[in-house]
Amino acid sequence: MSQAKSATTKRPLTYHEVWGRVGIYAFLGVLALFFLLPLYVMLVTSFKSMDEVRLGLIFSLPQQFSIDAWVKAWTSACTGLECTGLQVGFGNSVKILVPSVVLSILLGALNGYALSFWKVRGANVLFACLLLGSFVPYQVFIYPLVRFYAKTGIYGSLPAIVITHIIFGMPVMTLLFRNYYSGLPLELFKAARIDGAGFWKIFFSIILPMSVPIAIVAVIMQVTAIWNDFLLGLVFAGRDNLPMTVQLNNIVNTTTGERAYNVNMAATVLTSLVPLTVYLVSGRWFVRGIASGAVKG
Amino acid sequence: MSSVSLQNIDISYGNVPIVKKLDLTIKDGEFLVLLGPSGCGKSTLLNAIGGLTDVSGGSIFFNDKDVTWTDPKDRGIGMVFQSYALYPTMSVERNLSFGLRIAGIDRATIEKKVKWASELLQIDHLLDRKPSALSGGQRQRVAIGRALVRDADIFLFDEPLSNLDAKLRAELRLEIKKLHKTLKSTMIYVTHDQIEALTLADRIAVMKDGIIQQLDTPLNVYNKPANEFVGSFLGSPAMNKVEGRLVSEGESRFFIAGDFRLDVSRYPFAQNIESSRKVVLGLRPEHILPANGSAAAIEGQVSLVEPMGSNILAWSTFDGVSLSHLVGQDDSCEADRTFPVTIDVQKASFFDAETGWRL
Repeated sequence: MSQAKSATTKRPLTYHEVWGRVGIYAFLGVLALFFLLPLYVMLVTSFKSMDEVRLGLIFSLPQQFSIDAWVKAWTSACTGLECTGLQVGFGNSVKILVPSVVLSILLGALNGYALSFWKVRGANVLFACLLLGSFVPYQVFIYPLVRFYAKTGIYGSLPAIVITHIIFGMPVMTLLFRNYYSGLPLELFKAARIDGAGFWKIFFSIILPMSVPIAIVAVIMQVTAIWNDFLLGLVFAGRDNLPMTVQLNNIVNTTTGERAYNVNMAATVLTSLVPLTVYLVSGRWFVRGIASGAVKG
Repeated sequence: MSSVSLQNIDISYGNVPIVKKLDLTIKDGEFLVLLGPSGCGKSTLLNAIGGLTDVSGGSIFFNDKDVTWTDPKDRGIGMVFQSYALYPTMSVERNLSFGLRIAGIDRATIEKKVKWASELLQIDHLLDRKPSALSGGQRQRVAIGRALVRDADIFLFDEPLSNLDAKLRAELRLEIKKLHKTLKSTMIYVTHDQIEALTLADRIAVMKDGIIQQLDTPLNVYNKPANEFVGSFLGSPAMNKVEGRLVSEGESRFFIAGDFRLDVSRYPFAQNIESSRKVVLGLRPEHILPANGSAAAIEGQVSLVEPMGSNILAWSTFDGVSLSHLVGQDDSCEADRTFPVTIDVQKASFFDAETGWRL
């Protein structure tokens, strides 16, 4: 069997197949170029001076390579009244991101664990309700949540935005972990119960250490979603905690004076740097985590 | 040391009854095997004894103490699973000591117990490894070790050897038997493998559809099956079954199926049988012997022979009845020839044709 297989792969391609391959690669190359084009334009523009931008040659490389726009975007671009650049927003986004990601993943894992191993009566109904939650457009929740936070006095604060992210992350996180755990043998859980481990002991000593692959997937999903969030940050975070995305919008949508395209481009790239890095660094893990959830064991 | 007594146990999943009104008493230090086909409720019953499945009726006693609603960890049991169920992120040493650490036992005692169990099972050189770096046999040894260190009074085995290859299975089977001899603990062992059941058990409980069909020593279960199901479930090659009638003629009694006629006067019937009762004759292949010139021989037309190594399984027709029987390698039994045999009637089994129970 394996011999036959290696024989077919070693066989030189026929004339027909060679052209097939060329076609495929040409098609993929064109597609890749098409999707990379905006990034290219953003990058070259951000390294140009405004004088060069005004020429309107968006595809040309910068004549005079300059990082002034980047420095300005980071330190002194005006986000409304203040002109302190994106660095404040970056700090805010990190403050929102870290607790939101950690807590939503922990809670999702806990939910998934409870739903797959401690089969309480009505667990499936509960799970169905949670799933339903992920299909409700979240604009629907905004007004009730605003009222709720206002009543409890945390509206417009860091806890408000963190709690909001945890709530909206819950259905998907629960689904992710529940499906991963349902692939683990139930006997593992039984063995731990006989060994005398309780609900929390089993979770922290056995289940959580086994969850690394799926936790990486969860981190990627949550980091991307929370970092890119605009609406919830705008509504719930309050003036002092506005995330980077909201401040980016403020920079880009300033209506007075000349539009500083180079600064806008630099600011946009800066804002998307975190999710971009997460994908580049952990893409390998992402695929592995998805696959290990699908295949048993 | 513990005896186990199950009284009137009912287990059901939703509305589906799995185990029905089951009574079973296991003596202190006994090795009991629950044997049956998949779906017969044997694993469910074992889980209930371990406290991992709730019973819907009846009581479970360990040493006259009602443990029906006791937590698994407080029952003094150790359990070994088919999938080993080792904690994959822990080393062998930590797998073994997990339960002890939870119980808050001091480190010196833990070390001593782990050392004792790992030496007994010859896994002491593997203590630092992760389960993924072990072979199947080693993994199951670790799983057994995990039950050992807990000082369990009762060991529960849930098809522990089913994931292993044939050679390892035989090896570990022997090991478990030795372990039982050394520890003298009560052991309850679930399997669908009749060889495991016959070799290991003090007593076998053959189960079907949540009901114990027969509870007896391996020899009795094999030689005197209580009903047709037990007869055909145990034994490989399988028991021959022939439907027919019992006819009394004077002092003698005959089994008749078409042209086939067999004198069964020497069969020890448990009750009085009226004449021309419809019965099923159960005959194991090894109880049909080469005649070797005996007067009571009957001729069979051999249609097929299957060499099985130590002996040969032949399929022959005797007056219209097809039976499989064992012959030796030197008995020159060939297909499309005739071959004379005698039937050991005393070792045969008769079952009622309607109820299937032994007569």
